[in-house]
Amino acid sequence: MQVHFLLFALYRDLAGTEQLTLELPPGATARDAVDRLRRTGPGFARLPEAPVVAINREYAPLHALLREGDELALLPPVAGG
Amino acid sequence: MYTAIGAAPIRAEDVLARVGDDADGAVLLFLGRVRREHEGRRVHGMRYDTYQAMAGAVLDAIAREAAERAGSDHIAVVHRTGELAVGEISVAIAVATPHRAEAYEASRYIIEQIKLRLPVWKHEHYTAGDSRWLEGAVPPGSAS
Repeated sequence: MQVHFLLFALYRDLAGTEQLTLELPPGATARDAVDRLRRTGPGFARLPEAPVVAINREYAPLHALLREGDELALLPPVAGG
Repeated sequence: MYTAIGAAPIRAEDVLARVGDDADGAVLLFLGRVRREHEGRRVHGMRYDTYQAMAGAVLDAIAREAAERAGSDHIAVVHRTGELAVGEISVAIAVATPHRAEAYEASRYIIEQIKLRLPVWKHEHYTAGDSRWLEGAVPPGSAS
């Protein structure tokens, strides 16, 4: 299944990109997806092992199951206001 | 209730004009601005990045929660994105309620929740020429 990754702020700078799509096996969790992303290249390896994530624009735990076409965003600690 | 997040400059009087009627004896306006100094360093400006597609819904949810607590939906919250100069308004919160206690409580709740949950990141620019991402908060309920 395809999962669309979004990277923001510091994580975008580390990875050198703000979005990409990867193929993952059915039954993959958000944690599996992050592991896979971190093996994509040297910049990606600098991303944290357990970042805060959002699935389809809602905060989600890393054990959440992904589905075909999901949007998985990796969010650095937030600093609004 | 009104919420917005975007690159347009914030005009305090416009945000204030969105709340209140004759039943409201208290009208409270909070403004957050870009400071000229941070941790001893002279600041030149700040860029606010956001996850736009998610931030609108989070800001809405925060305002709704505040409205429930205050018993009033006379609330307007506007958050800025993009490049801001020192002194510019980054966030404006207007709350109108019959009595002051509820307005103070709701306004405080909104700014604290913004800092905890709104997917926004600050890239601070210094007069020395360098920039850095500011440390942030880990949203509650997002842990694995």
